[in-house]
Amino acid sequence: MKISTFKRHVVESLKSLKRNGWMSVAALSAVTVTLLLVGILFSILMNVNKVASDIENDVQVRVLIDRGTNKKQEAKLKQDLAKLHSVSKIKFSSKEQELKNVIGSYGKEFKLFGGDDNPLNDVFVVSAKKPEQTVTIAKEAKKMKHVYDAKYGGASAKKLFNIVDNIQKWGIAISFLLLFVAVFLISNTIRITILSRKNEISIMRLVGATNGFIRWPFILEGAWTGLFGAIIPIIIVDFGYVWLYGIISNSLASTGYSLLTPGVFLFQIDTLLILIGIVIGAIGSGISMRRFLRI
Amino acid sequence: MIEFKHVFKKYPNEILAANDFNVKIRQGEFIYVIGPSGAGKSTFIKMMYREERPTSGEIKVNDYELQKIKNSEIPFLRRELGIVFQDFKLLPKLTIFENVAYALQVIEKDPETIATRVNYVLDLVGLKHKVDAFPNELSGGEQQRISIARAIANKPEVVIADEPTGNLDPDTAAGIMEILERINGEGTTVVMATHNSQIVDQYKHRVLEIEDGKIVRDQTEGGFFQDED
Ligand SMILES: Nc1ncnc2c1ncn2[C@@H]1O[C@H](COP(=O)(O)OP(=O)(O)OP(=O)(O)O)[C@@H](O)[C@H]1O
Ligand SMILES: [Mg+2]
Repeated sequence: MKISTFKRHVVESLKSLKRNGWMSVAALSAVTVTLLLVGILFSILMNVNKVASDIENDVQVRVLIDRGTNKKQEAKLKQDLAKLHSVSKIKFSSKEQELKNVIGSYGKEFKLFGGDDNPLNDVFVVSAKKPEQTVTIAKEAKKMKHVYDAKYGGASAKKLFNIVDNIQKWGIAISFLLLFVAVFLISNTIRITILSRKNEISIMRLVGATNGFIRWPFILEGAWTGLFGAIIPIIIVDFGYVWLYGIISNSLASTGYSLLTPGVFLFQIDTLLILIGIVIGAIGSGISMRRFLRI
Repeated sequence: MIEFKHVFKKYPNEILAANDFNVKIRQGEFIYVIGPSGAGKSTFIKMMYREERPTSGEIKVNDYELQKIKNSEIPFLRRELGIVFQDFKLLPKLTIFENVAYALQVIEKDPETIATRVNYVLDLVGLKHKVDAFPNELSGGEQQRISIARAIANKPEVVIADEPTGNLDPDTAAGIMEILERINGEGTTVVMATHNSQIVDQYKHRVLEIEDGKIVRDQTEGGFFQDED
């Protein structure tokens, strides 16, 4: 194909998009709605995944120290903990620090408990080498002297993990379904717009256009539809995500879990939406017009 | 060169529109196809560029044997023919300029050559001032002239015209005939279906008369046409 011919196809496809008026608007809307759904669902899924892996990789055991334990006893306890062979790191967090964390996540009302009213314990935050070792560490730690309690993500994490697991399973099923619907919806709308142009295609054939020559502008038009149809979903998903990220990551802060940071993630999701739009648009129109090319 | 050998065409509704057509049209000839409405003129013409396929028989157009031609070769056959359709067949969403240019774009002429040539043929049919109009903004006669301009744009070896003067007043029709005469003078074969007996009488050429799907007369200006073989 000559460059001038390719240029012609590009110009022609854009003109055609414009001259087809409402048909183009209909196809664009279908693409927009579908990509928006894909974008939202995909953002949710990716973040559920992220949190799930955060939970899975949570290796910390919080060893609460009896109130009134002195420095020497604490040092002894620390040594004992360090002797457990699955322990990789031990960090001390005083009850004042613990209170700050609580205030950070639950609110200023808890300032009431400052100073001598602080009901919290000093804590050793013990990290395991592997996530599955947290249970054993907690058990061992509970038996030691001056230990009030030893907590790991444990019960609550397990419950959360179950929920996350379900969301993941369903999410994958739903996103496959949605992708299927997207392909169907987009290519179907484009097919209808091409159906109405059956007559044009037959005229093109009659004046000596090869199938390739006829097909190119249609395929490009489908690609444009996909590309332009991705614009609104991208804007909504990007702004929406940044907004929700601000809200949710605040309340997640204390748990140590986090959402995917908008920068790279949004770039990925934008690219994905554009690609889905372009590819399905182009393939959709390519396939839909095939049967008109046999005249 | 166009040759029909024992060509039959039966439409699905059992109408026999071509009953044993045997015709040979040589390069550079001008031939009228006449006959009453529904006789089979358009069917005859449509089989030349493979819009319709014969039920049986052989058709040869230039070097293409149409019963053997592949779907992918059809566009190349059609590029050697300039076709004026009875129903014009202009692309509704393209301007007049773009419609005529289309026939040249498909053979990948460069944009400057296309522009020059399109303006030239539009001038020839007297519609240069309509370049930016769309087909539905034109009268029937004007659309017909655009269809003619498109047919001759790429200087085809054969022009096949189905009623090219059907919607035109006598003066404009005469103008179109002058164009067809001129390109025929330059060596282009012209096949023209028409109802217009005045034109057939005025511009004398070979006449093929079809009636009810049968060729009832094949006559040069003078006597019956003599087939060499
Ligand atoms: N696609 C088709 N399907 C069925 N019958 C057809 C079809 N096209 C034409 N016919 C029939 O074949 C016969 C010949 O039609 P054709 O169009 O060749 O006539 P024509 O000589 O060109 O007539 P006109 O002068 O009105 O253009 C007619 O009886 C017509 O009804
Ligand atoms: Mg006819």
